[in-house]
Amino acid sequence: MSIDFGRAFEIFTENWSLFSFGIQNTLLFALVGTVVGLLLGLVTGALRAIPEDPMDSAFVKVLKKIARFVVGFYVWFFRGTPMMVQALFFFYLLRPVLGWTGFSAGLIIISVNTGAYMAEIIRGGIQSIDVGQSEAAKSLGMTTMQTMLSIIFPQAIKNTFPTIGNQLIVNIKDSCMLNAIQVTELYFQSSSVAGSNMRYAEVYFLEMVMYLVLTTVATLILNAMERKINQTKTVTIKDHCA
Amino acid sequence: METIIQVQHLKKHFGSLQVLNDIDFEINKGEVVTIIGSSGSGKSTLLRCINLLEIPDGGKILYKDTDILSGKLSLTEYRSKVGMVFQSFNLFANKSVIENCMIGQVKVLKRSKEEARKIAMRHLESVGMESFADASSVRLSGGQKQRVAIARALCMDPEVLLFDEPTSALDPEMVGDVLEVMQKLAKEGLTMAIVTHEMQFAKDVSDRVIFMDQGVIAEQGTPQQIFEDPQQERTKQFLSRYFDR
Repeated sequence: MSIDFGRAFEIFTENWSLFSFGIQNTLLFALVGTVVGLLLGLVTGALRAIPEDPMDSAFVKVLKKIARFVVGFYVWFFRGTPMMVQALFFFYLLRPVLGWTGFSAGLIIISVNTGAYMAEIIRGGIQSIDVGQSEAAKSLGMTTMQTMLSIIFPQAIKNTFPTIGNQLIVNIKDSCMLNAIQVTELYFQSSSVAGSNMRYAEVYFLEMVMYLVLTTVATLILNAMERKINQTKTVTIKDHCA
Repeated sequence: METIIQVQHLKKHFGSLQVLNDIDFEINKGEVVTIIGSSGSGKSTLLRCINLLEIPDGGKILYKDTDILSGKLSLTEYRSKVGMVFQSFNLFANKSVIENCMIGQVKVLKRSKEEARKIAMRHLESVGMESFADASSVRLSGGQKQRVAIARALCMDPEVLLFDEPTSALDPEMVGDVLEVMQKLAKEGLTMAIVTHEMQFAKDVSDRVIFMDQGVIAEQGTPQQIFEDPQQERTKQFLSRYFDR
């Protein structure tokens, strides 16, 4: 049981182009998955969080019920099964129809999967906001949509930002499951390098270091963003309120 | 006298609790109506029914002779004409003071940003908050927040402004600032309906006082009639808690 660090470094430099291609894809899948997942989560989370409005027509009420049921099923299914199994199932199920590659299937699966988690995060974020905020918006005559976009979402996203950011970290790592449908991300590339060099411990050591670098950099960026978001505008107090 | 809001046979219950039971009253143009009564008497619910934050179970609410529950009047348009000032201020936490005052004008009244800013500044000046225009709304004191909330409501040029216990969440030393602003608005002829526990203020500012008890209007009249010569036993009892101490 030992790691030949010298050999590991050689493998790293010799195969850098393969690794860097994998890193690019890992970052691409993590970013797309998180951003598209967040958008999906905003819509689905809002659908789950919006209370029934007694002023709605019967038609809208039924529509909302159906939407809530569909979203509930979506969250239940995608949170309740492993992403790797989802990827395999939908890739093979829909390939004859869509003729898609693992790459495009992977982008969609990771987004839809993340969306299910985001739905719950956003729902919690919306429900944590004081009902007075939307009542005030209503009292000005703002529509539900205007209220959501201008008042509720910005606050919900700000409050849940650390949890949303956490999904990016999760996705950097969990995108490795997409190797099952031939997505050439970091794990996939590392495995081929490991196989062709017959040096498993060394390559997986390298791989872990690379994942750690990615997640650390992502964490630092997220922390900086969080600080920026939490900066409230400075109060400029003039003349009469000494 | 032009009637702006007419409430007819209004009923509202929460579960088995009948909060409003056959309420009839009106708000006329230029009038200041205060609604007094003990906690749980239905005052706030009545006010919240008027701009449909609570949906009545029965009765009618007419806005200039149009039933607001009939669907003939768009809800958002109606609400933009009936302003509301809340006990807990409810300033938008993600907006600055001036943005709080502009958003309704821009989104609902479709005013340009420049125009909205000008109007917002004018109303902020009238409540003495113009120097805080760019401040974050979460950093203000309660009294300051409430004055901004009043300015925000005024920016919509409301036909009537509803106040739901506007000073109940304030520290005693800030109550005066807010009441002063409201007094000024009353003098300027703004139509107002005010739920309050500030009896002296109600006495000074009102054209008409409504005393509510257990979901009904027990008595109403001029401040003189209600405060100096109440007819009902329960009105006397309620007022004695405020004035005979």
